[in-house]
Amino acid sequence: MTQPSGTCPNCGAKIVFRWSSSVQTVCEYCKSILVRTDVDLQKVGQVADLPPDSSPIQIGAEGTYNHKGFVAIGRIIYEYEQGTWNEWHVMLNDGTDGWLSDAQDEYAFSFAAPGRKLPEVAQCQVGQNYVWDNQRYTITTITTAHYRGVQGELPFQYWDKEDVTFVDLRSELGKFATIDYSDEKPALYLGEMVEFDSLGLKNLRAFEGWS
Amino acid sequence: MSSTGPTTPNKPQVKALNCPGCGAALTVRSFGNAVTIVCESCHSILDAKDPNLQILQRFKVATDEVRPLIPLGTRGKMRGTDYEVIGFQRRTIEVDGLPYSWHEYVLFNPYKGFRYLTEYNGHWNDVSILKALPEVHPYGFAPTVRYLGESYRHFQTSKAATSFVLGEFPWQVRVGEAAVVSDYVSPPRVLSSEQAGNEVTWSMGEYITGKDIWKSFRLSGNPPDAVGVYENQPSPLSSETKNIWVAFAGFLLLLVVMMIGFDMIARDEQVFTGAYRYDSNQRGEASFVTDEFDLRGHTSSVEVKTTTDLNNRWIYLNYALINEDTGKAFDFGREVSYYHGYDSDGSWTEGGQNDSVAVPSVPAGRYYLRVEPEGDPGYGVTYYTITVKRDVPQYSFYGLALLALLIPAALLTWRSLSFEHLRWAESDHPPIKWGNDE
Repeated sequence: MTQPSGTCPNCGAKIVFRWSSSVQTVCEYCKSILVRTDVDLQKVGQVADLPPDSSPIQIGAEGTYNHKGFVAIGRIIYEYEQGTWNEWHVMLNDGTDGWLSDAQDEYAFSFAAPGRKLPEVAQCQVGQNYVWDNQRYTITTITTAHYRGVQGELPFQYWDKEDVTFVDLRSELGKFATIDYSDEKPALYLGEMVEFDSLGLKNLRAFEGWS
Repeated sequence: MSSTGPTTPNKPQVKALNCPGCGAALTVRSFGNAVTIVCESCHSILDAKDPNLQILQRFKVATDEVRPLIPLGTRGKMRGTDYEVIGFQRRTIEVDGLPYSWHEYVLFNPYKGFRYLTEYNGHWNDVSILKALPEVHPYGFAPTVRYLGESYRHFQTSKAATSFVLGEFPWQVRVGEAAVVSDYVSPPRVLSSEQAGNEVTWSMGEYITGKDIWKSFRLSGNPPDAVGVYENQPSPLSSETKNIWVAFAGFLLLLVVMMIGFDMIARDEQVFTGAYRYDSNQRGEASFVTDEFDLRGHTSSVEVKTTTDLNNRWIYLNYALINEDTGKAFDFGREVSYYHGYDSDGSWTEGGQNDSVAVPSVPAGRYYLRVEPEGDPGYGVTYYTITVKRDVPQYSFYGLALLALLIPAALLTWRSLSFEHLRWAESDHPPIKWGNDE
């Protein structure tokens, strides 16, 4: 498979896309945020220093979910009053992509679920129920977060965001849903909470004093 | 890791910081996950997210303050994973005006995240945050919660306030802050919901002994003794109780098989029958002896059956089964009575016209019966028949055996129920008191 590649318009470093559908990436060298156009890469912004975080996952971390191999290729870092959390953009070996979120080492796997009817953000309240795909979800938290940084490849343009509201839902079978109200049209992601051990992760970060 | 890019992530390190309140050295053990850190020296609660470690709160400490039984920084293996103790808090509830406190330990592993230990009066629980949402059934006698197919019964709801903190926490912690904590139990597990504001956090605890904690964290000395019965403490008797009833069912089956078996091999052989007449109006000696008959085979039971034509009367028969050779006699008396009539409630009957008795363990030999009938003078003539059968199936033995099996099972069940009684006596749903109420 030939990977799409290009050159960073800012520093000239070689930019390789691991996932052919990626829209945005960050130059590893100069931290320029680059967006793919039909012809080349355009610099649209610059990533400020990432906050110190302690997610054990990193770009290039590999694992298995639902019998499919995946690799982390990008992430969005959000900050809220309890700290930060990471949405790791993962590419699966069947060509699709998904998200592995890590909030204080609690992990959830989710996938974009377009085409479902979603409530307005103002209507959402903790405890409300919604049904998607015959699964009943209950709103457990409504979080106002702000974008704190990006790294690697993303399936959309994502940078320079203001405060974002996330509505998290859970089901009685361990299913997980999140509605992202960062765009004019809300976006739904459906998935499930996962055990760290079930993902069989490799290429993880090392922590001083831990093996 | 051999990343060639220049952005090889830094290796998160245990940070050494100083408390802005007193200058004492602080250790941050959960890397970027710490939200609040509590200085051990001056008890300042610090904002771990702030590079300047802004002091959020200072709390007063009594001189007899508790120390964590497992010191901060201790590592131990829980379910195969290494965890480090990074935080400690005491939480206090008030029941009937009395404060009750328990302790919570925050455990951390940089890959698996957080886990908690709670300790109350020497009872420990291994606690983790739930991944699925439990199903709450708030109605009925005691509310229940279903989680992953298991039902948990409401035990207690109370307002728990943090009354002492130490170390670091992955959430904003303040002394004096309270949450509504509800516990639902299904020993050895407990589901707890904590409500602060409109957010509810669910966790599951599993009962663990202090001994196991001491082993996991390689602590010296002995854990504190467990006092009383804890809400989700597994009853040491519940499995025994189950086992004894399983054994009981097994023996019961064996008894039934024995009963059917012996019933089938019993010869149930009629050895004698005779028809007699007794006139209670006739004076004189009414006793007589029957013809002789043979009882063959091994020592076994003999059934003597009396069939009468009694009608609103009674007859008393003194029997003696006598061995002709040895003279040994088996004496027994039988009263046969049969009454019936009609009153405002309809017709009624009492007793019966027939009677049967088994004489156990009669050796083989030649026997005869001596019969001495008695009746109320004036009754007149009673016709009756005596039938003797050899080796009839015996059922009373089975009844005794059943009782012998039932008593230990019932005793253990009673003890197990008293354990449950002690458990639930501490709950919001105490069992109804039996006997005199003090």
